[in-house]
This record gives sequence, C-alpha cells and structure tokens, in this order.
Amino acid sequence: MRGKAPPDPETLGLSSEDLTRMYRTMVLTRVLDRYLLRLQRMGKVALYAETIGEEAVGVGTGYALRPEDVLFPSYRELGAFLMRGVPVSEILDRMLNTVDDPLKGHEFAIFGDRRYNIVPAPTPVATQIPLAVGYAMASKVKGERIVVMTIFGDGATSKGDFHEGVNFASVHKPPVVFVCRNNQYAISTHVSKQTGSSTIAQKAVAYGLEGIRVDGNDVLAVYLTTRAVVERVRDGGAPVLIEALTYRLGAHTTSDDPKRYRTEEEVQRWAKLDPIERMRGYLIAKGVIDEERDVALRAEIEGLVAAEVERALQRPGLEPAVIFEDVYASPPWTLLEQAEELKELSGLQKVTKG
Amino acid sequence: MTVMTFAKAINDALRHEMKRDERVVVLGEDVGVNGGVFRCTEHLLMEFGPSRVIDTPLSESAIIGVAIGMAMNGLRPVAEIQFSDFIFGGFEQLVSNLAKIRYRNAGHYFAPVVVRAPVGGGVRGGMYHSQSPEAYFAHTAGLKVVIPSTPSDAKGLLISSIRDEDPVIFFEPKRLYHSLREDVPDGDYTVPLGKARLVREGDDVSVITYGATVYDALEAAERAAKEGVSVEVLDLRTIVPYDWEAISRSVRKTGRPVIAHEAQRTAGFGAEIAAMIAEREIYSLEAPVLRVTGYDTPFPLVHEHHYLPNPERILRAIRRSVAS
Ligand SMILES: Cc1ncc(C[n+]2csc(CCOP(=O)(O)OP(=O)(O)O)c2C)c(N)n1
Repeated sequence: MRGKAPPDPETLGLSSEDLTRMYRTMVLTRVLDRYLLRLQRMGKVALYAETIGEEAVGVGTGYALRPEDVLFPSYRELGAFLMRGVPVSEILDRMLNTVDDPLKGHEFAIFGDRRYNIVPAPTPVATQIPLAVGYAMASKVKGERIVVMTIFGDGATSKGDFHEGVNFASVHKPPVVFVCRNNQYAISTHVSKQTGSSTIAQKAVAYGLEGIRVDGNDVLAVYLTTRAVVERVRDGGAPVLIEALTYRLGAHTTSDDPKRYRTEEEVQRWAKLDPIERMRGYLIAKGVIDEERDVALRAEIEGLVAAEVERALQRPGLEPAVIFEDVYASPPWTLLEQAEELKELSGLQKVTKG
Repeated sequence: MTVMTFAKAINDALRHEMKRDERVVVLGEDVGVNGGVFRCTEHLLMEFGPSRVIDTPLSESAIIGVAIGMAMNGLRPVAEIQFSDFIFGGFEQLVSNLAKIRYRNAGHYFAPVVVRAPVGGGVRGGMYHSQSPEAYFAHTAGLKVVIPSTPSDAKGLLISSIRDEDPVIFFEPKRLYHSLREDVPDGDYTVPLGKARLVREGDDVSVITYGATVYDALEAAERAAKEGVSVEVLDLRTIVPYDWEAISRSVRKTGRPVIAHEAQRTAGFGAEIAAMIAEREIYSLEAPVLRVTGYDTPFPLVHEHHYLPNPERILRAIRRSVAS
C-alpha cells in the first residue's frame, strides 16, 4: 500500500462531498464515542461498547446503504447509525434513557428505530444474523428492491447462528449482505483462537458464496467494496460475506481491562493505522480539505456534541410504568395486575422518600 | 478460614478440585488469559495449563456439547457460561443431551458436567445480563440446580457439585460476586446438595427464598421485627433437589409462607413450592401462600429496582400475610 500513490477521488468515482461526509461522520463518531464513555464513567450510561478505531467499518458500510435498506447491526455500530442520518440527540436519548428514548429503556442497544430502518442490536452475539436472512427472504416474497445488511464481530462467526444463517441464505439467496467487523478480539479472545481458518471471508466459500476481505481501516475501501456488493445484491445477485479487518483500540466494554490479555505495543501498532488519521491524510494530500478547515471541523463537531449532551442531560427520565409496556401487543390480566401493584408501590416509595 | 469474596470462593473451590482431581477441567469464553469476566477463574491457567483451562470459541452450544463429550470420556468438566442469559444458545445440548444422557444410555454413558453461570439482576445489566432462568432447568428431569448465596456456600456447594455423579447447573448471583466478604473454610469443604440453610429464625412468617434475594428477605425481616413481626428466612441453596423437610418444618411453625425470587412469577420456581405446600401442608396454613417475584416482563434495563423483589415488596407481603 505504501509507496504507491493513492488514486485520485475522480478515479474512484467519488465526489468531494462523498469524501467529506464520510470523514465528518467518522470524526463525529469518535467524538460521540468518547462522550458516551465519559457518560458511562459518570454513571449516566449503564454500559457502553466503545467503537474507537473501528469507525471506518460503520461509516463505510452505512454510506453504501440507501435509506430504504435495512440494517441488523451488532452493539458496536455507532458509525453506521450516524452515517444513516440518526441525529446525535436521538442517540443520546437512547443511551441516557430519557423520556424520548425510542426504545423506552427496555434494553441496551446503542440505537434502533424503524424510521431509520435500524433494528436494535441484540446483546446475545450473532442472533441477529438469521433474522436478517428472514427479513431479506420476506422482501423477496413481497417484491421489494431493498437490501438487508447485518454486521457482526469476529466472535460471532463461531456461533451456529452465523453458520446456519449464511447456509440458509446460500440456498435461498435473498438480498442479504453479511458484514463481519473483524476487530480481532472477542473480549480477550484473539481471532486466532476463535477459528482455525486464516480469514473469515473464506468461510463464505464453503457455503458456495463469495467472501471478500477488505481493509477495515480504509473507509474508502470499505465503502467502495460494500457499495458494489450492495448494488449487485439489489439486482438479484447472491448474498456476499464481507470481512472488514480492523482493530478494537479500546476496551471491549466499560467493564473490561485489555491489559490483561494484550500488549500496549500491539495496540500502538494499530493506533498508527487509525482510520480517521488515514482519511485525513488522504483528504489533505488530495487537497479536499486543509489543516485549517480540519481544525475548524473538529471544533465544530466537539461543540455540537457537547451542546447535545448538555441538553440531553436536562431531559427527564422514564417513569417506572414503562417496564410493563411492549411485553405483548395487549397485556394479559396478570400483567395489568402487576402494573397496578407497581403503581401503588412506587407511589408509596415516593411518599416515604419525600 | 480465610476472608473471601464470593468470586474468590468460587476460584478457591475450582483450584482445590483441580489440584485434588486431575479429571477436573475448566472451559468457557475468556476463562483463561482473562481469568473470566468476573475473575472466577483467575490464575487457573497459570497453575494448571491450557489443556485443563480452556479458552473456547464464542459458542455456548459447543461449550456445553464439548463438556458433555469430555465427561462421557471420563473428565469432570466445569463449563462456564459467561452470563446465564446466554445459556440458551446451548439449550439444546443441555436439555436434549446433558439432562438425558444417563437415561438414554441406561447408564452406559453419563455426563457429570457442572455448568456455572452468573445469574440475577441488581448490576444495571439490562435484559441480557440480569435474568434468572433457573425454572427452565428445574423443569428438566436429569439436571440438578444449585444457587448459593454466601461465599462459604459457594465453595462448599461447588465442590459438591463437581463431585456429584450427575450434571449440575450452578447459578452464581452476580451481584454478590464482589460485594460480599466472609470467612470461608480452607481446604476441603463441602456443603451437601439438597439441604436448605435456616438463615434467620422466626415464629410468625416464613420467607422461603434463594440466591441474592436472601439479603432482601433479611432486610425485610429486620424491618418487620421493628413492627413486632418475627420472620424466619430459609435459603434453599439447591432447588433441584430441594429440601422439602426444611420447608415443611418452617411452614408448620409459622403457618405463613412467603416465597421470594428474582425470576418472573408465572411458572417460576415459587409456583412449585407453593403447589407442594398446598398439597402437603394446607392444614398448617394460617394465611394464603404469597409470592414476591420479578414481574412477568423481560428484565428491564431501567428501573430494575422496581422489578426485583426488593425489601419493600417482601415486607409488604409479610404484612399481608400477618393481616390475613
Ligand atoms: C451468545 C453470547 N455469548 C456471550 C456473550 C458475552 N459477550 C459479549 S460480547 C462478546 C464478544 C463478542 O465478540 P465479537 O463478536 O468479536 O464482537 P466485538 O465485541 O469484538 O465487536 C462476548 C463473549 C454474548 N453477548 N452473547
């Protein structure tokens, strides 16, 4: 890669708007990610899975989707959500479980909202994969021209859900794209202890599908590869497995200590390949932005996120009764009775506390 | 005696059994280098090496399935499922193989596997780091189900479970892992499966419970005492097989049973106890059998305090029982 001059944007068929949008969203993802981490440390967010170092995967794949396409992400896809146009304020409502939380505080999932065609990520790893296949099967039945994408980690590829989902898709060929965000770790487990295969992409071959490995720290490579695949699948092509090779620079979640299982040296090696720095270098080299504009852009994003965080922290939280909502479309008598009990109890508790 | 946390006591039991019996192996996600996400397997890799402390790929089904195969071939595997919420990926192996292997093979093959998994809420863990799925397993013939509530019991019951000839699902209340400390007997220490522990003696009401709820029951009992109500607290420790003798003794004494657990109410394990009391001790009752449980909803991320059978709710049931 080094030594050869990178191709010009025009050669790649990219406008400067494409480039700045992706760059800006990566920076936004990083800034918001750092804020969410701080909010967790302050006790405002229960648990958070950092996305630092992996921004190019979310942003590159997110940019390749059309608004009508449906995303079944894992819990580490903040970049994809922002790229699909979810406002920072809505992510904060979700993470802080304010009254405006679209998921009513029921579960973690960084974000999910039908308006954006983003399905909330399940915590049990890999379980979204067969759902994505099924969603795509239905769109085929209904004659829609959408693509369904599911993103998951390298650890997820050890689960039956991955193999069974990909196998099913290989038989029925619905419009689904599998993206493995290979950040090389599943908590403490390195990918070399996850599988005997030398790549994740090659697993597709066993199922008769195409597998592509892409540099997951190069947002343009991720975007161009994914866009080509997504459009091919939209036109009736068979499902594809994309492996984006990246690195989890941060801890697994806020309750993990990576010093126990990997060296600082290794982390530093990958920190040098930071996807944001790489894109920045490219944009400056190609004259799309200059240092001055870059500094201004970062300051603007910092300011925007800081202001949104301030505002979100002011919004009230959810009422206890919310825990009874959405268990069923129409609650059975047992649940109504229990909701009544809680109402009585939380009333009492307020009285004793106040 | 050594002062230990709950997590340390689990660690101590594993180390003790691995030293004593070469057939004991530990396997699971992040149990080796990382020492387990709750540090229950800390340092075991260093001490016993990678053939006996096995970091596995991310697959609950394979972890349990492989453990069964190992046990069929003479090992004593202790499989860790990182959170009991993820045990369902291995449900088929647990229910279709582990539970039935002795019966299906008429004893030719059997599988003394221990499956350890953290359970319960109270750690702001949300829907999938908080559940209490014990009833699914209590409902499956062939499995024993253990849920300790103190560091000493954790050690003693885990050692007994490892030595048991039958598969044991061993649930560890995660909110107790690092919040509790007590003197734990050193060396070889066992607590028999199927025996309850009388945590607090009382005359008026019996709170029958297990796991972390024991502490909520104790707090409720303290508060009830201030109101002049004497509450007995019984910690079942094992739910399959459960200690009916201890339950009936307490119910005969007080006539007012209150059953408390974190798991949801409908078809929860409390229903089994209530049914047995109705069948065998109905004439001892002075009040209806009451249950204080999680609500019939998935475990919520927000307001988990309200969802759990907190002392407030247990006290309310105690008062109701006394009033009727
Ligand atoms: C079925 C299941 N088992 C275990 C866990 C606990 N856990 C949470 S994340 C994780 C590692 C996932 O690794 P990977 O799929 O590579 O995704 P990453 O976190 O690296 O993005 C584990 C073991 C879980 N969430 N779900």
